[in-house]
Amino acid sequence: MARRLPKKDVVIVGLGWTGSIMAHELTDEGLDVIAIERGPWRDSPTDFPPTYMQDELRYRVRHELFLRPDQTTFTFRNKMDQTALPIRTWGAFMPPNGVGGGGVHWNAETFRFLPSDFVLKTHLTQRYGASFLPADMTIQDWGVTYDDLEPHYDQFEYLCGTSGTAGNLKGEIQEGGNRFEGPRSRPYPAPAQAQPFSHPLFAKAARELGYKPFPQPSGNLSRAYTNPLGLRLGPCTYCGFCEWFGCANYSKASPQTTILPVLVRKSNFSARDNSEVTRINVDRSGEHATGVTFVDTSGEEWEQPADLVILSAYSLFNVQLLLLSGIGQPYDPVANAGVIGRNYTHQTVSSANGFFDNKKFNFNPFIGSGSIGMCIDEFNGDNFDHGPHGFVGGGYVGQVQTGARPIESTLTPPGTPKWGAAWKSAVRDNYLSTVKPGSGVHGSFYAYRDVYLDLDPTYKDRFGRPLMRMTVDFHENEVKQNRFLVDKFAEIIKAMGANQVAPQYRTAPYDITIYQTTHLNGGAIMGADPKVSAINRYLQSWDVSNLFVLGASAFPQNAGYNPTGTVGALAFWAAAAIRNQYLKQPGPLVDA
Amino acid sequence: MKNESLTKINLRRRELLAGTASLLLGMSQSRAAVIFDHLPWAPNAGNPPTPAKPGPWLFFSGPEGRAMEAIADRIIPPDPQTPGGKDAGCAVFVDRQLAGPYGRQDGLYVQPPFHAGTPNQGPQSEAGPAQKYREALAALDRACKAKYAGKAFAELSESDMDTVLRGLESGDFKLDGADGKSFFEQAVKDVQMGFFADPIYGGNRDMVGWKMIGYPGARYNYLDWVDRHNEPFPLPPVSITGRAEWTPKTR
Repeated sequence: MARRLPKKDVVIVGLGWTGSIMAHELTDEGLDVIAIERGPWRDSPTDFPPTYMQDELRYRVRHELFLRPDQTTFTFRNKMDQTALPIRTWGAFMPPNGVGGGGVHWNAETFRFLPSDFVLKTHLTQRYGASFLPADMTIQDWGVTYDDLEPHYDQFEYLCGTSGTAGNLKGEIQEGGNRFEGPRSRPYPAPAQAQPFSHPLFAKAARELGYKPFPQPSGNLSRAYTNPLGLRLGPCTYCGFCEWFGCANYSKASPQTTILPVLVRKSNFSARDNSEVTRINVDRSGEHATGVTFVDTSGEEWEQPADLVILSAYSLFNVQLLLLSGIGQPYDPVANAGVIGRNYTHQTVSSANGFFDNKKFNFNPFIGSGSIGMCIDEFNGDNFDHGPHGFVGGGYVGQVQTGARPIESTLTPPGTPKWGAAWKSAVRDNYLSTVKPGSGVHGSFYAYRDVYLDLDPTYKDRFGRPLMRMTVDFHENEVKQNRFLVDKFAEIIKAMGANQVAPQYRTAPYDITIYQTTHLNGGAIMGADPKVSAINRYLQSWDVSNLFVLGASAFPQNAGYNPTGTVGALAFWAAAAIRNQYLKQPGPLVDA
Repeated sequence: MKNESLTKINLRRRELLAGTASLLLGMSQSRAAVIFDHLPWAPNAGNPPTPAKPGPWLFFSGPEGRAMEAIADRIIPPDPQTPGGKDAGCAVFVDRQLAGPYGRQDGLYVQPPFHAGTPNQGPQSEAGPAQKYREALAALDRACKAKYAGKAFAELSESDMDTVLRGLESGDFKLDGADGKSFFEQAVKDVQMGFFADPIYGGNRDMVGWKMIGYPGARYNYLDWVDRHNEPFPLPPVSITGRAEWTPKTR
């Protein structure tokens, strides 16, 4: 039997970005908040100090900061008639674990989605007609608009100290920024980061081809910054160990650097680490959550009662907990009914590598930051006329030098043998003069009826619970989109002066072994209609009104940007709704 | 209560340090704690990497080690400027990796049932890398002895070795009791990984791999060079344990 703990006002499941933001907001409101985190406590001096965090083998190749698959994993198949098999070691994505969540080892690209992304279905239907969309595409509007979220994007960026160049200030286009972005109420809190050699070269080539390149907005700081909570971040040193690594320098925005030191000192906050929530408990009506049940590392089961439950685990685990707790109707792709597991999406990412004359070009490719470089947005979202191209969606493309760590960044030109003397000399001759874009082509991934999440019938986790099953494949729309974007991108790399360009197209079938991004979205999506969404526009469960589900699981489909800026904005948006509306009158904020 | 939680944290950090085997698993074995009032930091609580120690093979038998060194030297042949895979310690790297969590699939999902599936569903093998290396290296020597008058792989001429490895790569040279093609693919990956991983793991000895390509290693600050476009970075590489001169000799 579970041991019952004293009741709290709020229990938060998962202490990553969204859990930390919500805990901070609700403790400010005076509520008694506990956060329960599956993984360990993490901090810079202990877990990724500057003396040994620069370890490509340990952190990138062996995934040390990530969830271990023996704790839990997923099963995967492309099509509904296949047998899904477990992901035994991470490939296409690497789920986070521990305090800080993905905020510890993200690259810190801090984009806003386009205004049209939030009203995607309406926008595309109006511009191209409903018949332009593939019949099985299930994209939806979000139920919120860019204007709703703008103040909260701003909040997240000022929390982080995001370094960038504004492209649209209150409707006025700014030189040097992204002119396609939605209007922002004020400039970024810090200027864009400095740029290593390959970036201005890319920008010059892009400008000559008629594009308007802009610096990638970065949560790695261009200069010292004190955030609104009074926490201080230092300038990034361009060490080249961002993605998959923790920042030892207090330069990367994370819950650890921007929230936790303040949060943990509040007398109405506590956290439990190494404790996995196994169930959200509901009362007999099924419409009211009573708290959560969790298991600690000794195997002991605990019950944490609370008036308000915030589900803020990694996107996939939000969906899994809803399915395992029996909250919301599971999605059935055959009947096209139900909501939990619906509209699961990923990202359509690939790149083009450029090989340059090593007598003329030395890129010092090891100098980098996770979010740096120059991008163009001409082919993102609906920034261009899709009519002639026969697909919808798009992405930004950019040369982003994230640090050429040598195990993964010793590339050779196409046609080089994979081993032996010729391989060795090609590696030696090309390392410093190769452009290997970190972000490269960062395309959208729209939703389809047969791309979804449910519980696996065969494989179990260490508690004997079913693993979650992902059924996902690339559809023709995304394959076309990727080919179009890669060709445009390769053209710019060629124009930089590359001798050889090696385009990498993303093709079907979707491959679970090839890393793309850890941007997994949907499955518990937000929307205006409870028949096709799990949560309302305030991220409140349609079924259980004292449950809010944060994170990218809310995305009805994925845009051509990194998701964290939008994930952060949505967390602040939901927090404002709870503070200003829900607490005054607990109950559904939108009538179903 | 406060002190109690601090004690717990101390305890779990020490557990992490207890053995190399628990390094990768350490996180999931650490104890649950209640955190409030202050950041739970304790002195000497870090989890630094465990350097590969010099000395005899930890995983390979003598014949396996000889075969692996020969393979490493064909994947990365020595040249006048840069040592080959053998002298760079790549076989030592593979040996230490196979003897550790990687070789045993520690931390991976190894629950049955095992079905082959499609290649894009990822590896679905109950046998970990250690077992696969063991089977493949034995099968390789058997196949070579059968074809080359009783000679094991390590005793072949360089050109015969290359012929065998090219045969494994293409799938034309079959092994009995092992998948030669996927073994060689893994060996190429692991040997090259050893050449470029931090020397603390036994390969990339004296940072020869990093010197060859011009990678400055485990430095942490390029603020003074980010704006110096197209200028060679002037400093030699450093490893997690410091400069090449300080790196212990392995084997």
